[in-house]
Amino acid sequence: MLALGGCNKGPAADLPASQIGSQAVIDSALIPGLTRSAVSSDPRVAQYYDNADAVNTGKRLFGQYNCSGCHSNGGGGMGPSLMDDEWIYGGRLEQIHQTLVEGRPNGMPAWGGKVPDQQLWQLSAYVRSMSLPATLAAQNGATPSQTPAPVPREADDHAGWSPPPGTTNDYTTLTTGP
Amino acid sequence: MRFTVTVLLALAPLAALAQTVPAPVPASEVFTREEIGHALAAPTPQAGRTMPSAANAPEDDGQWTMPSKNYASTRFSALTELTPRTVKGLQPLFSFSLGVNKGQEAAPIVADNTMFIVTAYPNYVYALDLTRPGAPLKWKFAPKPLPASQGVACCDVVNRGGSVSNGKYIFNTLDGQTIALDVRTGKPVWRTQLGNINTGESITMAPLVAQGRVYVGNSGGELGVRGWIAALEESSGKLLWKAYNTGPDKEVLIGPAFKPAYATDRGTDLGVKSWPPQAWKIGGGNVWGWITYDAELDAIYHGTGNPGPWNAEQRPGDNKWTAGIFARDPASGAARWYYQFSPHDEHDYDGINEQILLDMPFAGTMHKVLIHFDRNGYIYIIERGTGKVLSADPFGPVNSSKGVDIATGELIRNPAKQTRLGQVVSDICPTASGSKDWNPSSFSPQTGLVYIPHENICMDWMNMQVNYIAGTPYVGANVHMKPGPGGHRGELTAWDPVRRGPVWVDKENFPIWSGTVVTAGDLVFYGTMDGWFKAVNARTGELLWKAKVDSGIVSQPISYRGPDGHQYIAVLSGVGGWSGAVVSGPVDPRDGSAALGMVNAMSDLPKYTTAGGTLYVFTLPH
Repeated sequence: MLALGGCNKGPAADLPASQIGSQAVIDSALIPGLTRSAVSSDPRVAQYYDNADAVNTGKRLFGQYNCSGCHSNGGGGMGPSLMDDEWIYGGRLEQIHQTLVEGRPNGMPAWGGKVPDQQLWQLSAYVRSMSLPATLAAQNGATPSQTPAPVPREADDHAGWSPPPGTTNDYTTLTTGP
Repeated sequence: MRFTVTVLLALAPLAALAQTVPAPVPASEVFTREEIGHALAAPTPQAGRTMPSAANAPEDDGQWTMPSKNYASTRFSALTELTPRTVKGLQPLFSFSLGVNKGQEAAPIVADNTMFIVTAYPNYVYALDLTRPGAPLKWKFAPKPLPASQGVACCDVVNRGGSVSNGKYIFNTLDGQTIALDVRTGKPVWRTQLGNINTGESITMAPLVAQGRVYVGNSGGELGVRGWIAALEESSGKLLWKAYNTGPDKEVLIGPAFKPAYATDRGTDLGVKSWPPQAWKIGGGNVWGWITYDAELDAIYHGTGNPGPWNAEQRPGDNKWTAGIFARDPASGAARWYYQFSPHDEHDYDGINEQILLDMPFAGTMHKVLIHFDRNGYIYIIERGTGKVLSADPFGPVNSSKGVDIATGELIRNPAKQTRLGQVVSDICPTASGSKDWNPSSFSPQTGLVYIPHENICMDWMNMQVNYIAGTPYVGANVHMKPGPGGHRGELTAWDPVRRGPVWVDKENFPIWSGTVVTAGDLVFYGTMDGWFKAVNARTGELLWKAKVDSGIVSQPISYRGPDGHQYIAVLSGVGGWSGAVVSGPVDPRDGSAALGMVNAMSDLPKYTTAGGTLYVFTLPH
């Protein structure tokens, strides 16, 4: 199912996650010497795929915890856009969750211990949903992400930095002049 | 992958749609100047000539040591080599990469044949030697502000400049420090931590240095930060006083010397009583714009920012002392008077724009006034000694109010444009960033006109319930901006403050987010967000010269005399700021509500310019 399913499939010996014997989520696409992208896995993530309730609850929480103050309705502002296909710290659900828990040095607050973990997963599911073609197709007018599609399991069938063609809306690759 | 393919096909028209700039608000939706402009008396231009005083605008020495040029804040250069005739030969002499591709809002500073520049975050400071070919680097200072400070900067990670005084270059950092550098070595003489990012505080403003004191204020009106202004000792960086703009009188530094002009500002602890319980503690009123020193009356004047949150239904009351202007005693900070431009602001109309200090004829005699160009759409002429409003006239499209009651000083609200929970109120003019934002105007004593760089943007607004979480945005509004009447989004207006009207108006496609400088050669220089640097005739508005630069311009141009005695014009490129965040962010143009709703009106900017950051210096061939 996954390209490299965590600790028990493929050449696990060269994965940092297995080396340290934990469920660490990988935050970099650069792993010295590795011949393919590493995919980390967190068993807690499974229940948030194909889960309409998770993205809808996440949408509500996104407003209540002021995420929307920085990321707007996915287009960004004080914080980066979440509805394109560029992921600084990885765009798979568990990578997004990790970003929410730990915060990030350029201004993302650390929410671990401040917000119940289940809610962080629900928020992650909503954030992951924003760039799904189905969510973008449902946009009506100038406010996106109002009808978030559940995150299909196969949408995260990659390492988190370069979603396979067709799994996201590629908006930023080409800009044309006036 | 089957779920994606069909959907992708449907997306193409959607993306195109979302990038379309909305239709402009019809002219019939806004009031005319004649309908809502008011003054205490009819114009009397024969009573004298409008000028800054010599104390506030001493004779031009050819340098540019503070962003506003002088205490009067005229941004007038007395140099005459460039004229409507000669400016056609103006050419770039050198450029210098700032190494930062975010919105560059600062003015280059020139003192002792050295140019000083502070960049957007990470707030590098460069000193360039103007006496040598190519102006090589003398030193660079990297203050290394906390990277996380980028997460509490509402509207790009900008910095509005520094000042040179007594051998020091003094500036602020995004993470809340004020730093004084030795101009010869670049080494810090002192650094003082004033802000705390964990409560949402940042500093983006240019400090004012006057009479041995450094005046600094905080940013954070979109994060529930309580606004303050502080005075530091110039020689040591030691805190002398700090005045809050909400809360009890003793913390606002309101005492026996406080004599506001209007009854609505008289009373005890209005900074507490004009709010719901405790709301003043997270109520904004920040000082992120311009502070002005008046050498004649020994006073400082500073605006206060918007009240927080933007959702006004969560803070019933006048919300003092936000969205207004204070006059204070420079030595003690004690308030002398206050006037509230926008009581109970419902539209994010910060009162922080610049004020120009002038002696002006009014009602038959000369008056010491300040001219303030407010976000709420009015040009206010206020008597500096008393805080009394002499006139208030709209300089752009306005329908959020119906004028200023000139007897009581009160802004007359338009109930049709009051903002409501869960309900979109459409076509509110001006927009949240105002008829004009922070970027400063200039005044020419030769023409008697002020040159106002501003916006022509309106908005739709819906209030939303918002929770306060320290260090995160505290806004509570879903905003979508759109062009004002006519569809052009920017204007350069030459305004006659005595006769109370425009003399000429130049239109721009994008909002003008740069300052202006006016010269004794009767030229006005300004930059555009699509990367043109322009010179127009100060008497007619005729475009005389333009040059294309690497990125849009949102900074403050200057004019100075070089070591060779010739006139030079300097400006920073580097698009960004609130209006340019769609390029410098990056922010996704498909979300019209992004960047606090600005993106809806600016989604086409990425087609015209890219992020950059470069100093350009122009001169005539010689």
